[in-house]
Amino acid sequence: MKNYLQLNLSLLYWILIAPFTGQFFKIAPIFRQMVFIGVRAAPMVALTAFSVGVTLAMQAAHSLQSLGAEMYIPDLVMLTLLREMGPVLIAVIVIGRSGSAVAAELGTMKVSEEIEALEVMAINPVQYLVVPRFLAMLVMLPALTIFGNYIGILGGWAVCRFALDFNTAGYVLRALQSADTWDLYSGMIKSGVFAWIVITIACNAGLHVEGGAEGVGQATTGSVVQALLAMLVMNAVLTGIFFFSA
Amino acid sequence: MNSNGEPIIEVSDLVRRFGDRAVINDISFNVHCGETLVIMGGSGCGKSTLLRHMIGSMKPTSGSVKIFGEEVTTMNEREIGRVRRRFGMLFQSGALLASLTVGENVALPLFQHTDKSPDEIEQVVKQKLEMVGLTGFEDLKPAEISGGMKKRVGLARALALDPELLFSDEPTSGLDPIMTAVVDQLTLKLTHGSHMTAVVVSHDMTSAFRIATRMIMLGHGGIVAQGTPEEIRSSPNPEVQQFIKGEADGPVPLNLSQEEHEHHQYVKPRPFALARYRFHHKTP
Repeated sequence: MKNYLQLNLSLLYWILIAPFTGQFFKIAPIFRQMVFIGVRAAPMVALTAFSVGVTLAMQAAHSLQSLGAEMYIPDLVMLTLLREMGPVLIAVIVIGRSGSAVAAELGTMKVSEEIEALEVMAINPVQYLVVPRFLAMLVMLPALTIFGNYIGILGGWAVCRFALDFNTAGYVLRALQSADTWDLYSGMIKSGVFAWIVITIACNAGLHVEGGAEGVGQATTGSVVQALLAMLVMNAVLTGIFFFSA
Repeated sequence: MNSNGEPIIEVSDLVRRFGDRAVINDISFNVHCGETLVIMGGSGCGKSTLLRHMIGSMKPTSGSVKIFGEEVTTMNEREIGRVRRRFGMLFQSGALLASLTVGENVALPLFQHTDKSPDEIEQVVKQKLEMVGLTGFEDLKPAEISGGMKKRVGLARALALDPELLFSDEPTSGLDPIMTAVVDQLTLKLTHGSHMTAVVVSHDMTSAFRIATRMIMLGHGGIVAQGTPEEIRSSPNPEVQQFIKGEADGPVPLNLSQEEHEHHQYVKPRPFALARYRFHHKTP
């Protein structure tokens, strides 16, 4: 926990304070990490979001048809995706794919003395390794969430269009009517917070690996479990703040 | 000993304990400009720990380490960074960044700490790689070259900023005899020609006697012997003689029990070692 707080503080220092003392972080590695963390996760995100959209629409149809309220299916798909399923499920995918990869990569660098070599070359590992990954995640997780939301809504449309009596315009209009911009923004805030949690936990686990290959494995597994738990608890807290406290 | 002016490295009364076991027990020595100090000793005698204290990546229990006249044991990260830019370090494994190419690895300190243009950096990288006999290897990844080559790239990287001081952890282990000679000649050229100071941790006695201007042998947490290569070669100490001749028989025993090993090397005892031993050997 102490290490985790230290990492967060030093991250804030390198992003917010160090640039004003002339130690600006490099831009190119951020884009490289954005491709790795974000762009390459897009196909998995798309598949997940599409399945979720389809599932939501089918479940909604099952329940709402008995009440004669099929017209609310787009509302349900849209709101569930924007507020909850979008941010959470895409964070789960990114934890499993990119978070674990970051933990394993940094862990391997730690056990093969690469981190120590950086330090001895007077290169701060947080500035050189963590900052680009952090900023890339902070941009890409919300971006992936927006992308996933689109695909999920497409999944809902597919069910409504081909299995139920909706036409495309009707689905789109109904969906847009139901959602408020706050629904999107709340999801974006959540996914920004998740990005922070996921990448700091992964980097912290990687940077503090001890004991060779076994240690790397344990740190990777540990980071996935911790990130999932922290993300889900934080989701409950944020939902409480956004939709329950007012 | 060519002691001209202030020593570059001043280690005094250095003690490092892990628990109640002293790995380094009251070690003091100086290194002067242009010297090549070889630190030798059996495995686990604290050579690497000593080196890590000198580069500031470990903090001692007590004592002081001064590099370029500055105390490194009490420095914060930023101050130590300033000192580290003046020295290079070659790690035992090379410690190259696996995600970068050979050329990018050598260029890394130049990109981080100088204002050189990419073209100038490319020139320096070429020149440093040529020095270690790896012309044209710039675009390969560390995974694509052999262990000995990695080590030479590590040396090129350590030399990238033309350091005043070079630390090497086992620079010639894993190199063939010809490459060992090449690396030794390079070290000699740098220390004689460019007045670089070198601190080398080595097991390789041929190489050590070739490059050293002074030698220190560690054992039992302290300094067993020190002096010029000639003084070490003619040392009456049987432990030194056994080590430099590489004999199995001598004061350093081949087969040690746990207790003897601890006495000789101060290695951390394993928990339940005695119980485990009794379980396996069924002693009455």
